[in-house]
Amino acid sequence: MTATGLVESMTKASTAAGRRRGIRWPLWLLGISGLLVLVSIVRLVTGANDITSSGTTGAALRLAVPIGLAGLGGLWSERSGVVNIGLEGQLILGTWFGAWGAYEFGPWWGVIVGIIGGALGGLVLAIATVSFGVDHIVAGVAITILGGGITRFLSALIFVNTPGGGVTQSPSLPRIGTVTLPGSGVLHDIEQKHWFVVSDVAGILGGLITQVSWLTIVAVLLVPLTYLVLWRTKFGLRLRSCGEAPGAAESLGVNVYRMKYTAVILSGGFAGLGGAFLSLVATNIYREGQTNGRGYIGLAAMIFGNWMPGGLALGSGIFGYTDALQLRSGGQSVHALLLLLAIVLGLLAIWSLYRGRRVRAATSVAVAAGALIWFLTSDTVPDEFVGFAPHLTTLLVLALAAQRLRPPAADGKPYRRGEAG
Amino acid sequence: MTSAPAPARDTIAVQLRGITKRFPGVVANRDIDIAVRAGTVHAIVGENGAGKSTLMKILYGMQKPDEGSIEVDGRPVSFSSPADAISAGIGMVHQHFMLADNLTVLENVVLGAEPGGFGRLDFGEARRRIMEISDSYGLGVTPDRLVEELGVGDRQRVEILKVLYRGARILILDEPTAVLVPQEVDELFGNLQELKSEGITILFISHKLDEVLAVADEITVVRRGTTVATVLPADVTARRLAELMVGGELPSPETRESTVRPEVVLEVRGLTVRAEEGRPLLDDVSLTIHAGEVVGVAGVEGNGQAELVDAIMGLRPATGTVRLGDRDLTELDTRRRREAGIGFIPEDRQRQGLLLEAPLWENRILGHQSQRPNVTGPWIDRAGARADTERIVREYDVRTPGIDVAASALSGGNQQKLIVGREMSGDPVLLLAAHPTRGVDVGAQAQIWDALRDARAEGLAVLLISADLDELIGLSDSIEVILRGRIVGSADPRTVTPEELGSAMTGAGEAGERTEHGVAGGPAGGRHGAGTVAAADSEEAGRHLAPGPDPVPPDSGPGADPDLDVPLPGTAGPGLTGTGTTGTGDLANDPDAGGEERP
Amino acid sequence: MKRFDLERFGLGLAAPVLALIVAALLSSIALVISGNSPLHTFNAMLDYGTQPETVVQTVNKSTIYYLSGLAVAIGFRMNLFNIGVDGQYQIAAFFAAVVGGWLLLPGPVLIVVVVLVAVVVGALWAGIAAVLKVTRGVSEVISTIMLNVIGGGIVAYLLDPSRLGTIVGTQQVTTKPMPSDAYLPGIPVSGGEIYGFIVVAIACGIAYWVLLGRTRFGFDLRATGLSETAAVASGVSVRKMVIRTMLISGGVAGLVGMPLLLGGSHAYAQDFPTGYGFSGIAIALLGRNNPIGIALGALLWSFLEQSAQILDLEGVPKEIVTIMQGVTVLSVVIAYELVRRFSLVQQQRRVGAELRAAAGTPAAGEGSPA
Repeated sequence: MTATGLVESMTKASTAAGRRRGIRWPLWLLGISGLLVLVSIVRLVTGANDITSSGTTGAALRLAVPIGLAGLGGLWSERSGVVNIGLEGQLILGTWFGAWGAYEFGPWWGVIVGIIGGALGGLVLAIATVSFGVDHIVAGVAITILGGGITRFLSALIFVNTPGGGVTQSPSLPRIGTVTLPGSGVLHDIEQKHWFVVSDVAGILGGLITQVSWLTIVAVLLVPLTYLVLWRTKFGLRLRSCGEAPGAAESLGVNVYRMKYTAVILSGGFAGLGGAFLSLVATNIYREGQTNGRGYIGLAAMIFGNWMPGGLALGSGIFGYTDALQLRSGGQSVHALLLLLAIVLGLLAIWSLYRGRRVRAATSVAVAAGALIWFLTSDTVPDEFVGFAPHLTTLLVLALAAQRLRPPAADGKPYRRGEAG
Repeated sequence: MTSAPAPARDTIAVQLRGITKRFPGVVANRDIDIAVRAGTVHAIVGENGAGKSTLMKILYGMQKPDEGSIEVDGRPVSFSSPADAISAGIGMVHQHFMLADNLTVLENVVLGAEPGGFGRLDFGEARRRIMEISDSYGLGVTPDRLVEELGVGDRQRVEILKVLYRGARILILDEPTAVLVPQEVDELFGNLQELKSEGITILFISHKLDEVLAVADEITVVRRGTTVATVLPADVTARRLAELMVGGELPSPETRESTVRPEVVLEVRGLTVRAEEGRPLLDDVSLTIHAGEVVGVAGVEGNGQAELVDAIMGLRPATGTVRLGDRDLTELDTRRRREAGIGFIPEDRQRQGLLLEAPLWENRILGHQSQRPNVTGPWIDRAGARADTERIVREYDVRTPGIDVAASALSGGNQQKLIVGREMSGDPVLLLAAHPTRGVDVGAQAQIWDALRDARAEGLAVLLISADLDELIGLSDSIEVILRGRIVGSADPRTVTPEELGSAMTGAGEAGERTEHGVAGGPAGGRHGAGTVAAADSEEAGRHLAPGPDPVPPDSGPGADPDLDVPLPGTAGPGLTGTGTTGTGDLANDPDAGGEERP
Repeated sequence: MKRFDLERFGLGLAAPVLALIVAALLSSIALVISGNSPLHTFNAMLDYGTQPETVVQTVNKSTIYYLSGLAVAIGFRMNLFNIGVDGQYQIAAFFAAVVGGWLLLPGPVLIVVVVLVAVVVGALWAGIAAVLKVTRGVSEVISTIMLNVIGGGIVAYLLDPSRLGTIVGTQQVTTKPMPSDAYLPGIPVSGGEIYGFIVVAIACGIAYWVLLGRTRFGFDLRATGLSETAAVASGVSVRKMVIRTMLISGGVAGLVGMPLLLGGSHAYAQDFPTGYGFSGIAIALLGRNNPIGIALGALLWSFLEQSAQILDLEGVPKEIVTIMQGVTVLSVVIAYELVRRFSLVQQQRRVGAELRAAAGTPAAGEGSPA
């Protein structure tokens, strides 16, 4: 993703190790169970029941969606070889157009208009990068600037004349329906009992099935759908080949330009959907600045997921969780998580030592100690810090996970027809 | 795939008439006429820059000819994209494989022509078809492996499968043996015979005259963008072919007067470079170069030469020691090594040797940012650099209208001359020259050789990496042979022949053949055997020889006659002054592709 | 060479001029759509924008934008994207203001100290992203953006009466204001006062030009940006370059808040302006990373902003200016790319033609008689 080759050289260093196979299922289950137990212990020790409450998990799901959709947008684009830094701008367009569409025509229309708004941003990016060969990152930054400008201008034109609206926000918007799956009540009761592990599981599951917006369900379904399309269809194979070896693709008759255009427009559409979700479901209003960098966090989720939809979803979940804490003023919860961080890092330190990785063990111990001290000497984490919890998490996750990566081989490289051979 | 009956020998599969193609500044193809008979292997030979690549791109639909016509199976055709060529039954196997490393063999093969309905990719059907083709032509392909795991020979077979899968009846092979070792070449030729017997027509582009004579049914010679002659292999010798290719005598790089001085300039001991998985790419290599000496390193590409150069320059982490004169360079970074007096002519001049978008005078500074006349203290000395660039342009005959031109505007040969001039300035004590005349036109090549010879006479030590055996033999005072990262032998250029060298480079031996092509040498090089090539300590050799670090065949020794019966592929013919380079240079990147020579 | 220079100069101008025309066109369309007359709007802006008071404000704003653009451009020349100028200048200005309020030193010395603090803090904040990139391969685009938010959060936390802030007046939380002898005097002109810091800004521009064009370090930097592989082969250590460049970029970013701090507000309050970093990116793109181009870009940018103030009174939403700015950036990057490609092809053609003309005479020394 970066313009210098440093990342290239580092990812190449681990391609042998970071194979496609991924980690196996039993190991995953073991890891998750272990984590659950740890979290439960921390909850009981600190009394911060909110860390696994259905309220938090529900919010986490709600906030993971825009991040995940932005990430999916990034994935579609980068799989075709175009780095989309303009996701934030397309997200912004999605929030505005979603709000306007909902206000004028109704919530689902808002969704559609939001998608179109984002897709238009994608189209502009495609023109700049594919047809004109502008550097991807430069073009993306330009789109983000433009996105902010357009929405502000349009707000000044349209929202200013609406009740409750203004230059930086829209009026209150109609909602999309939600659904609650059966069993939610039972889970809620169990959750209130605050039992070890069982209540935590109940809380998590409860949050995932209570008052889930239809749009959330749509968004979640887009993840396996992305996988199916990209890895099991002709279109998907051709698109991926543009991101891996565009010269080869062109020599076999694939219209690389058209594929890239399609991918980038779709990418914008995903971001637009994410934006619409932000203004219609996660909140019920458009507000300037509400994207708060989620476009970039989405990209981080994509990198975390190694450019695969499954990992992306997991990453979005993690970021969404910290985002939820931030929105629910979870000073206490974040404080409790400090303890969790200290324990996890402590375990990592022991394992690193066992593996002979001294440097990693040392830094883990240092950070763990810092977290522990902070935990012990305070009651809660100040709001301002909680405010950047998702961003800090993003940074940490990227720093720790960035090594074993395999981006598409021709990602970020401008392509010109006839460069094959 | 059903096999059509082999068409009558007289059917013309492909007819090219009067093909002409121009690029800004150069005419790549001029009035090309070729008739390719169906069911045959038709070779097209010519040296680098003769226009072969452009011709093939035209035939494959990647370029349109400015003039002329193409007929396939008697019908006139016009291609505006590779898709058109594919549907006309033409398939191209590129020299630089067009494969996506991160995708499986199956995905690479079916891309663009996937089986399945409603947009779905039918993996089962794809697998079935691939195995069917693979079995009928004996290609031995595994569909579900990632391409990046495959070796070179396997990748080539995937490329061939790709075109057969699309129903190609006419195959174009562009320098297919450039990176193959002899067994792989034999396997390939076997595959080609199979294909021929099924009625497939093959166009075989190469500059390796021995191979061409061995496998082709007809040969067309291209020189300076136009067809010069079409001959039958039975009627020509390699020498005659080379003359046709080159149009006369080439200046030979022969250097016979020794200028070797006793001072040791470069001493490398136990240099090892490992890949991520731990496999040694360069394995315990030691060598010594004296002042005024040119040491050539002969080897098939990919056997560690690039790693050797990188390790000496400090571009790659390596274990072992590198000493320049009495300075130990081992711990120093690249800049310090350059400052110590190493000049570097990189293999890939566009990626490593030049800032393409910068003017020539700034390129002169590149690599020498800490030395006069480019700098004084922390400042760039513009006047100094510009003046020196003018000097280089004069002395090395770099054809350019001025020094403010961007480097990308120059032809490959002139770019290389600039680099050579730059690296020779500043009085280096050691010059690392990696393929210094690759992709360079004939005239520039001669000038570069002259420059190297002159510098050598003044005491410069040179490490010469080249795939051009004549260049190696002609310029070097001694030759080391590298195979699989180890120095496996040495040769005296005064007496060794290209066949001997070639056989040592490739491991000296096919199944069942005795290793009488030269003498087994010692382990890691450094010994200059007198008169003969030391053969490889390869597995093949091991079959006939005593295993162990010093495999010496029983009836060999200094003075044993090398067996010259079978000229091995990969070498130029005996006594030939043609260009036996194993690489078509950077024609792909060079906008004036095919136009190194002036029309 | 004269011919080359003239053509290059012409081409160099062609891109921004072309872009501006396109931008003006598109903005006019936006205006028409929103029911306003483009001519009327541009006229009003021009009128108001050339008033002495507005000109002074424009120049002052552009001083700030100039520094921001320089900071970003240093990174751009090396293909490093320092999107974090925003966070860097805010955290730098904050700590500089804190130091300025608390340290007891004679005025001029205090000013110097304050500026140094700002440079160091900005550099360090950028350095975090550099280290992450060099050691863990984290994309600096994402890390700098994350650091923006984190920096903002840290500043918000510290800007509290119980920590590093104080209350001034009735409600406003701010850092302790600097003493009046540490006010940087402005340059009085008709229409107002120009920030004295403009001198420093111009000096930075000159330093930028000298550093990149005339020093070894600058050569290494530009080489890495043009072709990393060639730079590595020439002995450049990419790791070191990344860190040094980001540190310098962050240091200059730290200066962005200084004109306002030293010549205007004299303290860091909650309403300290944000967003100069993103403008800096746009301006660096506009100015094509060239010190004079950036100056012109900064002037244009702030002219658009300032002259748009009048538009509210004329019934035109002044946010049209943000569209103008956005469209300008986009058209400029496209135009630059087109011109660059055209220029390269032209050069190749010319070289080919000239050499063919020269080789028209026989015995051109090619070595092989036909």
